[in-house]
Amino acid sequence: MSAKIVARSAEKRFQTRAGWMTALRDFDLEVAEGEFLCLVGPSGCGKSTFLRILAGLDHATGGEVRIDPGPDPRQPLANVVFQEYAVFPWKTVLHNVAFGLEMRGVGRREREATAHRWIDKVALTRFVDYYPAQLSGGMKQRVSIARALANDPQVLLMDEPLGALDAQTRAVLQEELLQLWEESRKTVLYVTHSIDEAVFLGDRVVVMTAHPGTVKTVIDVDLPRPRDLSVMATPEFAALTGAVWDALRDEVRRAMAEQA
Amino acid sequence: MPGSARGAGGPAATAWALPLAVLLATLAAGFAFGLWATAWWALLAIGFVCVVLLAQELESRLALRWRGPFQRGLALGFPLSLLLIWELLAGAGILNPRWFPPPSQIAVALWELTVTFDRFNRSSLIGRPWLVPQVVSEQGWAGVQELVRESHVWATLSRVLGGFLIGALPGVLIGMVMGLNRTVRMMLDATMSAIYVLPKIAIFPILMLVFPNPFGEGPKIAVVAISAFFLVAISTMAGVQGIDKVYLEAGRNFGASRWQMFRHVILPGALPIVFSGLRLALGTALIVIVAVEFVRADRGVGFLIYYYWQVLVTPRMYAALVVVMALGVGLTALLQWVERRVMPWRRN
Repeated sequence: MSAKIVARSAEKRFQTRAGWMTALRDFDLEVAEGEFLCLVGPSGCGKSTFLRILAGLDHATGGEVRIDPGPDPRQPLANVVFQEYAVFPWKTVLHNVAFGLEMRGVGRREREATAHRWIDKVALTRFVDYYPAQLSGGMKQRVSIARALANDPQVLLMDEPLGALDAQTRAVLQEELLQLWEESRKTVLYVTHSIDEAVFLGDRVVVMTAHPGTVKTVIDVDLPRPRDLSVMATPEFAALTGAVWDALRDEVRRAMAEQA
Repeated sequence: MPGSARGAGGPAATAWALPLAVLLATLAAGFAFGLWATAWWALLAIGFVCVVLLAQELESRLALRWRGPFQRGLALGFPLSLLLIWELLAGAGILNPRWFPPPSQIAVALWELTVTFDRFNRSSLIGRPWLVPQVVSEQGWAGVQELVRESHVWATLSRVLGGFLIGALPGVLIGMVMGLNRTVRMMLDATMSAIYVLPKIAIFPILMLVFPNPFGEGPKIAVVAISAFFLVAISTMAGVQGIDKVYLEAGRNFGASRWQMFRHVILPGALPIVFSGLRLALGTALIVIVAVEFVRADRGVGFLIYYYWQVLVTPRMYAALVVVMALGVGLTALLQWVERRVMPWRRN
């Protein structure tokens, strides 16, 4: 399979009050077309920065970061499911989900039909005309996921999308997300804090070093698909999360020591 | 509270009896020792605390479904009892009725103001709308205009609304531009903030010089417009700058053009703060116009207040104050209605 996302010796430096900060250095990564890749690392390791560069919200200061454009130039490259939902409070569920299509000039009837289809898929049919303030956190994040998927991007970028949810809602949404992904097999880059979540969702888990962020290890997750939450009870799952944690532990310690 | 272990005696009885006793003792002491003249503020404070305690005690004894109506009753009952006390005190001569005429007299004065035509000034409070059919048949449209012109309420209302709109619309526009463009913001912010703190009524004399007819509507509407403009511009700028960055990033990530960004993200994102600016501006507009009408007008509710103060017809002065309050309440309700229309997502 060809590489959809390529990062070669990518570097990102910020100017802060304390001087220059290096968020990413010598960052190399390839994500295959149709792959679900999870990025884990200690807080502040630059994993969100990498995602923001892919989303076009930030620029690399060195090296190369690119998404291989597909055959259809009209298909958007990458859309983000943001950490704190970022669904527009002033738009109904329907108009939030249709947002990307509206920005691209898709006609009203077509974009609303597409939005309705995605709203059905994330089980919000009853709430089409609700405003986000009337929804729970889990429902808002479903809207955010539907908004990104309805726009049919070549790559789906998810920045700790379930981080703010309680454990039960989170588990339900993880399963729903996998079901949605099985239908389309889009390329996904998924940034998370949770090792369980990374192993449960991903084809590969990339462990990053504490800052400046580079790739420390890549762990292949060969659990069979389609997966459901019962996979978390298997010894294979435990072995994989153990392996991720082994790679991560020193980095988390290092990050904590630097912050202290 | 049925089923509770609370008995009839003990603390329950004191909760009633103590504040009631203190209240009565306070009132009695006030009259007995002539304390009302000197320590009235202390008597009022003690009395108020006792009434609050009594009301709370009463509410705790009510069934749950009666507590909502009880609280609404308090909201209405408190001002009504104030009016009643005022009425009684003024009637008994404890409050000087010349400065504090009883509410009943004010109501009568309000009625008189409404129905009478001031021949000297050729004006009336609301323009005698009951004459409209007769005037239309005799003089046609011109007669109606004549009636509108004689109305004090219309004079004030048209100045407030006209000035408010003339000031607020460009205020929103300039505020948006200041919020969006750093260069414009840097150029204007210091100047705007400096003028913002200036009480706009202070430039009224200049405006009278600037306009060809210093005694016409021009300077009056202008001073209201200028007051509204700065308030609205500065709060709109704050509203635009206060939009959560994550919404701007979502807009960018989904490929919004500049115009789409404005229409779908910035404008709706800033609206709540824009509207709080508009509410402030409306209140200020009313203050400014009343002040202007004190000084330089022969129509308007502010003129009425000042006029009846000068001729010492205090009930009519109070009646005009009631009209100002009604105008303020009405205009605020109108703005809230617009707000609910424009921002349906904030309805609940």
